[in-house]
Amino acid sequence: MTGTAAVEIRGLEQRFETRRGSVHALTGIDLRIEAGSFVSLIGPSGCGKSTLLRCIADLVTPTGGEVLVGGVSARRAREEHHYGIAFQAAGLLDWRTVQRNVELPLELHGVGKRDRAARAAHLLEMVGLADFARMRPAELSGGMQQRVAIARALAEEPPLLLMDEPFGALDEMTRERMQAELLAIRERTGTTVVFVTHSIAEAVFCSTQVVVMSARPGRIVRVVDVDLPTRDEDAREHPSFFAGITAVREALRGRPVRGVPAGLGGDDR
Amino acid sequence: MNGLLAHRRAALVLPPLLAGVAALAIWQAVVVLGRIATFVLPSPTAIATAFGTVAPDVVTAATATGTTALVGLVAGSLAGVAAAVLAARLRVFDEVLSPLSAAANAMPIIALAPVFNAMFGSTSPVPRRLVVAVAVFFPLFVNTARGLRQVSPVHTELMRSLDATGWAFTRHVRLPGAVPHLFTGLRLASSLSVIAAVVAEYFGGRQDGLGSRITSAASNSAYPRAWSYVLGAVALGLVFYLVALLLERLLSPHTRRSL
Amino acid sequence: MSELLATQIAATAPVTAGRGGSRVRDGLRRSAMALLGVLVLLLLWELYRALGPQAGVEVGGQRVLPRADPRSMPGVLDVLRAVGEPEVAVPGSRSVGVAVLASAWGTLKMALGGWLLGAVVGIALAVPMQRFRLVERGLLPYVVLSQTVPIIAIAPLISGWGGRLQLTPTLSWQPWMSVVVISAYLAFCPVALGMLRGLQAPTAASAELFTSFAATSRQTLLRLRVPASLPFLVPALRLAAAQAVVGAIVAEISTGTRGGIGRLILQYAQQATSSPGRLYAAIIGAALLGLVAAALVSLLDVVALRPGRSRRPAPRTTPHPTPGGAT
Repeated sequence: MTGTAAVEIRGLEQRFETRRGSVHALTGIDLRIEAGSFVSLIGPSGCGKSTLLRCIADLVTPTGGEVLVGGVSARRAREEHHYGIAFQAAGLLDWRTVQRNVELPLELHGVGKRDRAARAAHLLEMVGLADFARMRPAELSGGMQQRVAIARALAEEPPLLLMDEPFGALDEMTRERMQAELLAIRERTGTTVVFVTHSIAEAVFCSTQVVVMSARPGRIVRVVDVDLPTRDEDAREHPSFFAGITAVREALRGRPVRGVPAGLGGDDR
Repeated sequence: MNGLLAHRRAALVLPPLLAGVAALAIWQAVVVLGRIATFVLPSPTAIATAFGTVAPDVVTAATATGTTALVGLVAGSLAGVAAAVLAARLRVFDEVLSPLSAAANAMPIIALAPVFNAMFGSTSPVPRRLVVAVAVFFPLFVNTARGLRQVSPVHTELMRSLDATGWAFTRHVRLPGAVPHLFTGLRLASSLSVIAAVVAEYFGGRQDGLGSRITSAASNSAYPRAWSYVLGAVALGLVFYLVALLLERLLSPHTRRSL
Repeated sequence: MSELLATQIAATAPVTAGRGGSRVRDGLRRSAMALLGVLVLLLLWELYRALGPQAGVEVGGQRVLPRADPRSMPGVLDVLRAVGEPEVAVPGSRSVGVAVLASAWGTLKMALGGWLLGAVVGIALAVPMQRFRLVERGLLPYVVLSQTVPIIAIAPLISGWGGRLQLTPTLSWQPWMSVVVISAYLAFCPVALGMLRGLQAPTAASAELFTSFAATSRQTLLRLRVPASLPFLVPALRLAAAQAVVGAIVAEISTGTRGGIGRLILQYAQQATSSPGRLYAAIIGAALLGLVAAALVSLLDVVALRPGRSRRPAPRTTPHPTPGGAT
């Protein structure tokens, strides 16, 4: 393993002080995410997957260990706009049009009006919402809002895209379509993606690696490499897709994986 | 489609209209048939007749009261919004003002009228305007402050991920998010301003508005005339409320429509 | 329609929520800050008295800054002294402070009567409005309307009933009854709107559940809708209490009913030239009256909304995971 990883986490610990005492949210997290990969974080509720994502985004400061994003500290990475982020709630600003929502990061970072508009138009084209630029978020469906949020996350062409259950609130059909669109976008931009989900199928279909976590305290159980021949709709019926699902499921259950070709031990207890 | 729309509109307008007409008819019947004395309740027709003769006076008085209400409303609203912005930036200011405004909510602010009369002189129009301003200050402050404080966690995280803090955060998230709340406060304040302006006159001071006309007509036992001025006060209150509603529709387009 | 009410109700709740730390410490801190606020106001008052122009400041013939002379703006100490002085220069006269308290108590009684009457009328209106759509359509606009227009303007007209209206051969209309009626008139609107909203609060699913039980409409009302309405009714009652106090004070002034704080304010305002402190003592009495009424209604909170139940109408926004939360 050489070169600069997109994300490098060493010995990360995260405790939260609550009224009922201290909660150990994450412990002993070591994770290296290579540039260009698509990594999903999956695990039961309370395993700290969202917290881990927030540590990478420097929205939460770890109580121990080190997080490097693109070779620099998470804080510096945030300040230098190394990543874009999309949340489960689209988090669009109701009072701005779709286009001006996409422009927000550019506006905050001093990009000129004309460049902003051009970039936003391009991104909206990419997420298939060019016709909706002048509308307000409230006039859009949930899936469309989420696409605007993704376009916003990509506005500054960040090398890293962080996504916290971005499709969690969508119905299954929309969800599958959005997954395909996300993969297509990634194909074009070459962005590294870190993706939090609780859907095994979603994780396997989208990812190059699935990081399986367990709860109390949150830790990484296993990293499952996924190798699908294609990433189109046919892939959902491919044996390697099902093998990946089995591997992830068994890792989630904490049982040893045997005879699964896609399974590749990356970490252990 | 068009017919359906007309039908729905009728279903919305007709019941209150019928209820109103029925109430007026019953009122008239009870007063006439029951031989109710006018000091208890004049009949609608008697009020209408009186209104016909004093209409110009009603307009003059309503203009005086309306001016009081408007000046107070504008001054109090500006102060309320400014205080809310300050409270959002300065925690101490917020901590001092918030419990005070909660307390003020329970207090009869119009009772300040005689105090202001004493401070500024009872012939001045300032005391009444000040009563209105103080009365509308609190709904504007409370609502705007709530709007400024109510920031969705996802927006907080988003802005932090974009390294946008301080003024950028205020400008892009806090202020626009507070606009609907501000207009809600303004809508409340608009009716409050007329109420305060009318009632402030009951406490003495300059006697050129609707409140003092109502009292003087009542003390002269000219009850239908007094009711005409009440009608003027109701109309003035409605005008203020509707203008505030219109402003809200025009200036706060993303507000959830619920009225 | 009742969004207006919801915001008014929200406005009556204290704004600052607990920001961590124990509740007692929070409460102490809040009280201390409120006290600080009052002290700052008093300080500003004294400062203006010391430094402000005696005749005020006039711009274009209008006085825009108040007169700082002791008659227009008595000092804090003058007001305190006024509280202790006897009301009239006769031996055995009650002190101004006692007069203020007695009057505030008198108004509180009338406001309480108005509040109760208003609450009963409001609830009695809300139940049929929820039950029959046509009643709601016919009445609701007027209830909302009466909240946005200065209904209180009729106070001097109802005052005319005093002593002239014969209810029964032995009982004539008393001035205090006018005060109660006006006070009730102001109090019923928020109660009607809040109760209606509360009765409509159960979801369609809950209503369907009761239908599936073949529950009678009376059972549905008592077991589903009334309990669901409490979180809406209690803040509405709180707002109604504030309205009832304002209504009672204004009604007293326009009816000239004796024994109340509103009347006392007017009386002391006329004595302002000789004894300016009294007026302020009466105003403080009115403010205290408002606070006491609010505190009394807050007791309802404790009784009606037991701990563990939501104290406010549930927010409509979906919850977001907090950084400290799971996942």
